Amino acid sequence: MNQSTHDLPGRIVHDEIVPALAPWLHRVLKGQTLRIVDLEGNQAVDFLIYAAGDDAERYSAQDTIAAQGNIFLREGAVLLSNEGRPMMTITGTSVAYHDTIGGACSCESNTLRYGYHTKAQHACVDNFLDANVRVGRGKRDMVSNINFFMNVPVEADGALGIVDGISAPGLTVDVRAEMDVDVVVSNCPQINNPCNGFDPTPVRMIVVEG
Amino acid sequence: MTTNTADPHGAQAHARAMAGTRVEAMPVVPAAADDAPGPVVWEETVAAGGYASRRIARGARLRLIDLHGDACASMLLFNAENPLERLNVADTLKVQWNGYLGAGKLLLSDMGRVMMSILEDGARTHDAFCGASNEASNARSYGDGKNYGAHPNARDRFMLGVAKHGLGRKDVHPCINWFKGVKVEDDGSTTPRIGPFAPGRELLLRAEMELIVVIANCPHVLDQRSDFTVMPLRATAWRGDVTPEDDALRNATPEGLRAFLNTEDYYLR
Repeated sequence: MNQSTHDLPGRIVHDEIVPALAPWLHRVLKGQTLRIVDLEGNQAVDFLIYAAGDDAERYSAQDTIAAQGNIFLREGAVLLSNEGRPMMTITGTSVAYHDTIGGACSCESNTLRYGYHTKAQHACVDNFLDANVRVGRGKRDMVSNINFFMNVPVEADGALGIVDGISAPGLTVDVRAEMDVDVVVSNCPQINNPCNGFDPTPVRMIVVEG
Repeated sequence: MTTNTADPHGAQAHARAMAGTRVEAMPVVPAAADDAPGPVVWEETVAAGGYASRRIARGARLRLIDLHGDACASMLLFNAENPLERLNVADTLKVQWNGYLGAGKLLLSDMGRVMMSILEDGARTHDAFCGASNEASNARSYGDGKNYGAHPNARDRFMLGVAKHGLGRKDVHPCINWFKGVKVEDDGSTTPRIGPFAPGRELLLRAEMELIVVIANCPHVLDQRSDFTVMPLRATAWRGDVTPEDDALRNATPEGLRAFLNTEDYYLR
């Protein structure tokens, strides 16, 4: 995995593989950088951010889109809170862009998108809840999210959808914390659309500082 | 008018003399409107920079009118019985495979249910991407964004609106902006369509659940005009029938039909 670690912008303080389908919660301190490695390619990483000091302040896709004037998250994108403050910055990525309009899959929305036979399948909202409920957050904390390594174009007539990904094995995204934040991830378990290449896989989380 | 407010009786007379004053932005109580096709349950003109929140019943119609062509009706929706269920903007777009809202589209909850249907849309410029202004963005645009000042922001208007139904900051979820549009270009960039537009554009919605509707009427976050520019918004709701099984809009798409089926299933009791 050297190809995804040789240019890390600092000393490793945390390094963990998140299994396929699993949630992950981690505090990233101001100035630290989280590198997410898409180990096997085209694995959507659903991503929420809460301010560590006041979790009513959280990532807002709409504020971020409005401020940067673009729906795609590219290198340099500043991830804003619902109060309009920078929470994290995408300081580098080997993927052209990432999604923040597609939301997170849920058991309930899966019934609309694919049919009732999918109700029992695991979903990102259940991962987010699993991680959040254990630390005192709940359903009202389910807000807009980022989907790293996921591709959601909007066409001229408004046509929008999760289509084949543009990531590949070993590609990465680096996000630097601009304040102390709690990051909650769902390593997306969706198997009914191409967001995970129909085959959810592990991702690697590396936190560096200094 | 001579005013004597030095004692309670004088103050009382002074206060009572104000009643009957008419301004543009005010509720009509009891609710009445001579241009509504059903029994009116809510009639209010929301001030420029103002907000309103209201519980409306399943089947009710909610008509919004951009009276002077420069309203921006930012909206939150909650299931009135269980406000933990609320509008999910991402699901609304993703499930319907389209980023633009207009006649025939549905507003979906985070529980896979249809909350409202868009019956008629005379505006065709709406925005589900850019959300509410906040104190910081209004401070940059207008010098301040406080609720007590001249340039209130939509997010803090929402905060007051939800608080009156027992909800708090965490419940101010991503919103829809009616009457102000945003187009997404090929490279992902957002092109605002702020107007001003022709006066009197109308939007007609149908409540598919028992709802708390929260509206903020503040300048769109991408409005580039240097002055805080927004005009009053008229909201009228009237009682209506719950959507029948043969409703064309209910049956228009397989995803939408399942959203109706999920809502109907929720009300089996």
